Amino acid sequence: MTATTADAPPPGSRTPKRRGVELSLLVCAVLISVLGYADVGLARSGAVPPDAVRYGAGLGALALLAHLAVRFRAPYADPLLLPIAVLLNGLGLVLIYRLDLETPHDQAAFTQLVWSTLGVALFIAVVVLLRDHRVLQRYAYLSMVTALVLMLVPIFFPAVNGAKIWIRIGGLSFQPGEFAKILLAVFFAAYLAANRHALAYTGRRIWKLQFPTGRVLGPIVAIWVLSVGVLVLERDLGTSLLFFGLFVIMLYVATGRTGWIAVGLLLAAVGAFAVGSLEPHVHSRVEDWLNPYASIEAGDGPGQLAQSLFSFAAGGVLGSGLGLGHSILIGFAAKSDFILATAGEELGLVGLTALFLLYALLVARGYRAGLALRDPFGRLLAIGLASILALQVFVIAGGVMGLIPLTGMPMPFLAQGGSSVVTNWVIVALLIRVSDSARAPLPDAVETGVIAPIVEDAR
Amino acid sequence: MIPYIRRAAALCLVLLVALLVNAARVMVLQADELDENPANRRPAIARWGQPRGAIVVDGRPVTGSRDSGQQLRYERTYKQGPLYAPVTGYASQTYGTAFAESAEDGILAGTSTLLAPLPFWNDITRGRQPGGKAVTTVRASMQEAAYRGLGGKRGAVAAIEPSSGRILALVSSPSYDPGLLSGTGPKVEEAWARLNSSPNQPMLNRAIRQTYPPGSTFKIVTAAAALDADVVRDVDAPTDTPDPFVLPGTRQVLPNAAKGCGNASLAYAIQWSCNTVMAGLGVEVGLTGMVDAAERFGFDDTRLKVPAWVARSNFDTDMSPDQLALSSIGQFNTTATPLQMAMVAAAVANNGEIAYPYLVERTTTSGGTTVDTTGRRSYRQAMRPSTATQLQRLMVKAVEEGTGTNAAIPGALVGGKTGTAQHGLGNTGTPYAWFIAWAQAADAAQPAVAVAVVIEDAEASRTDISGGGSAAPIARAVMEEALRPAPTEGVS
Repeated sequence: MTATTADAPPPGSRTPKRRGVELSLLVCAVLISVLGYADVGLARSGAVPPDAVRYGAGLGALALLAHLAVRFRAPYADPLLLPIAVLLNGLGLVLIYRLDLETPHDQAAFTQLVWSTLGVALFIAVVVLLRDHRVLQRYAYLSMVTALVLMLVPIFFPAVNGAKIWIRIGGLSFQPGEFAKILLAVFFAAYLAANRHALAYTGRRIWKLQFPTGRVLGPIVAIWVLSVGVLVLERDLGTSLLFFGLFVIMLYVATGRTGWIAVGLLLAAVGAFAVGSLEPHVHSRVEDWLNPYASIEAGDGPGQLAQSLFSFAAGGVLGSGLGLGHSILIGFAAKSDFILATAGEELGLVGLTALFLLYALLVARGYRAGLALRDPFGRLLAIGLASILALQVFVIAGGVMGLIPLTGMPMPFLAQGGSSVVTNWVIVALLIRVSDSARAPLPDAVETGVIAPIVEDAR
Repeated sequence: MIPYIRRAAALCLVLLVALLVNAARVMVLQADELDENPANRRPAIARWGQPRGAIVVDGRPVTGSRDSGQQLRYERTYKQGPLYAPVTGYASQTYGTAFAESAEDGILAGTSTLLAPLPFWNDITRGRQPGGKAVTTVRASMQEAAYRGLGGKRGAVAAIEPSSGRILALVSSPSYDPGLLSGTGPKVEEAWARLNSSPNQPMLNRAIRQTYPPGSTFKIVTAAAALDADVVRDVDAPTDTPDPFVLPGTRQVLPNAAKGCGNASLAYAIQWSCNTVMAGLGVEVGLTGMVDAAERFGFDDTRLKVPAWVARSNFDTDMSPDQLALSSIGQFNTTATPLQMAMVAAAVANNGEIAYPYLVERTTTSGGTTVDTTGRRSYRQAMRPSTATQLQRLMVKAVEEGTGTNAAIPGALVGGKTGTAQHGLGNTGTPYAWFIAWAQAADAAQPAVAVAVVIEDAEASRTDISGGGSAAPIARAVMEEALRPAPTEGVS
């Protein structure tokens, strides 16, 4: 079986575009968000917030504009991607608005709405301007250099809460590492797509492992080590873990060599142990994870992680209801890294499962586009972008729920954070673009011979 | 590439399942344990998230709630806090609850299952009812009279209705405003530290938590024991006790403050408070008889609750004859709470039977529907009814023409007994002035009130301290209020 024949539509049939499905799902997503917004108001003050209509209209307008961009510029795109992004972003705004009620001196919802608007604007720009994802392959090295520069810049800015990952100019703060992950995914995809055969089949064989030549492997390992090194230097553990996972997954998908995963995991274990026991910031995180109640036993009151666990437990199966929980007890990161605790406490296990499934759908749709695409670069890009979402959700959700040591990262779309929400909109825009390519009927160009059809090896 | 993509997708699925399983673990399996973690603030937030129900005196709430706008939203307020502090106690967000606030906490905080219209459904939803009310037995006029009478001097007053056991007044002085402890923060912590370190111990509930040597007021117990044991058959017959009295087995002489106590009758001894006669009678009754009698009045009872816990009043169960002689006049190791001595007076007034004292009449929902009532319960038969009748006469005599004339109320039958208790090393401390009494309106079928007053005024000079001089007028003021027609009872 070849991918080409499996995914190509039967000749003569018309590929469904499913834009109507997308539009109706968008209406649902906006309605759910507005109802959530009204619910917070009803629960807290007994009245629907006066600006609920305005909020709904604003979110609806953003969704409509994004939909129009997709309808006209990516008509075959996966109809689930945009509604899920709108729903997650809308719910995030509701949760942040709800937490704003507890912190009268720190209002974040409006800023988040501005960033979301910027994100949607970038989404539209990407969908409209990027006609073919394969263009990005040409800018692989430029992407890599830009990513490294973006990641290096925060070193020259003061640390915020123990991590040097911020650029502050005037009143605005931006986390360039967020955007770097897209650029690195583009670079990895391009490099691996170009060199995957060399990586898989050349080089020396030692015991059961096939080692590629240094000339092929060297540059990408160097980039990877450099980026993870910079992140460790900046104490951005979440992102370094994310980059590591991203690299291993993409390398595996490109080469099919299980050995690489084994080597990667081994290196990761050694690195994690070394950093975890030597670096004090990381070490304290690991200690917190192993015993989240240590500060209670010491008489200093519950720490962030303990408070987060209390929040989740208080939610139980059905949750306390929007606006009726006390996750604000978590403290300063309640709206960003710990926003999931509010979701858990107020929406319960049921709501949290729904959120996880939304993320899972988003990831699955990315993978599906990867399976259906015909060019290795597009495939690797789709897998990479989807994996970024999957790993990010796992690392942060696992962290705030005590499954793995806590690393500071924002929950995609949900958490407060401008750079994060903008980046995630760009990721979704790229997924829209690749899914459009994946689901579109074979372009005439193939038939006319401008672009040679890519015949997939059957492994 | 396809199979590898599928495997990578499978990895993502594994991550998702791990998240879901972990979420179920935290939110379902460990939920109860985490909810109950003492560091979890949620129970406190829920508890203080609604106004606390009122404590009611004479149909009027003496407590309130204030919306502080803080995380623990409603703080307790008190009207006339120092006056009612021995009744209400405090309800503090920082230091917990005390006295009625503690005993009726479930009702007042709205957590009691009694308040829920459908208890089973309430258990499931973990819903919370509005705080209910606790209606006390205290009468405001009596409470005020007692508080005014003590006038800031260190001391206490306990008054009960002999027939029912209802506590009509419970005053401790000097007092404090429990509202100072209501909230959180440095001001509350500062107030707590100041109140706890004050030499006057304003937070000590002297009426039920402090014991004093009862002095001569204990002679009522000794007299009841002597009459019940038939050691004395005729209260007017001379007893065989010399003046001065040498404590058995020692060469120590027990003096009298009164004259004419040599071989005096029991009636004379009660009227003028003869130490020698009562010490002699106590020795004659013997240790077992005296211990039995004291315990029938409530001494040595560690389980008395009104509903706040009452400190144990002590009468030693193992003593030499000379110690027994001293104990029989309320000295040596004998100590009593003011409430205990009010119960002694009540026993005499109520024909020997003591009704179980109680402070909370009934509890209601926030709307006023009664959910629980404290009925009259018998506590103990302290003496034979005939003994009580005889003692009533002797106590009346003590007020009419004895040591307790300061307690006399025109137009009412008043019986009383003074006490001046020595204490401290070698009896060097300023003596405590005691007065216990009961009063019956002329046209009433039974006594309306029994009262005990103690004053431990360290400021006063030693000679000014005497039960008849300083304590009896306070008892009279309280009894006068009790004899006025009770206000029509109504609870809003």
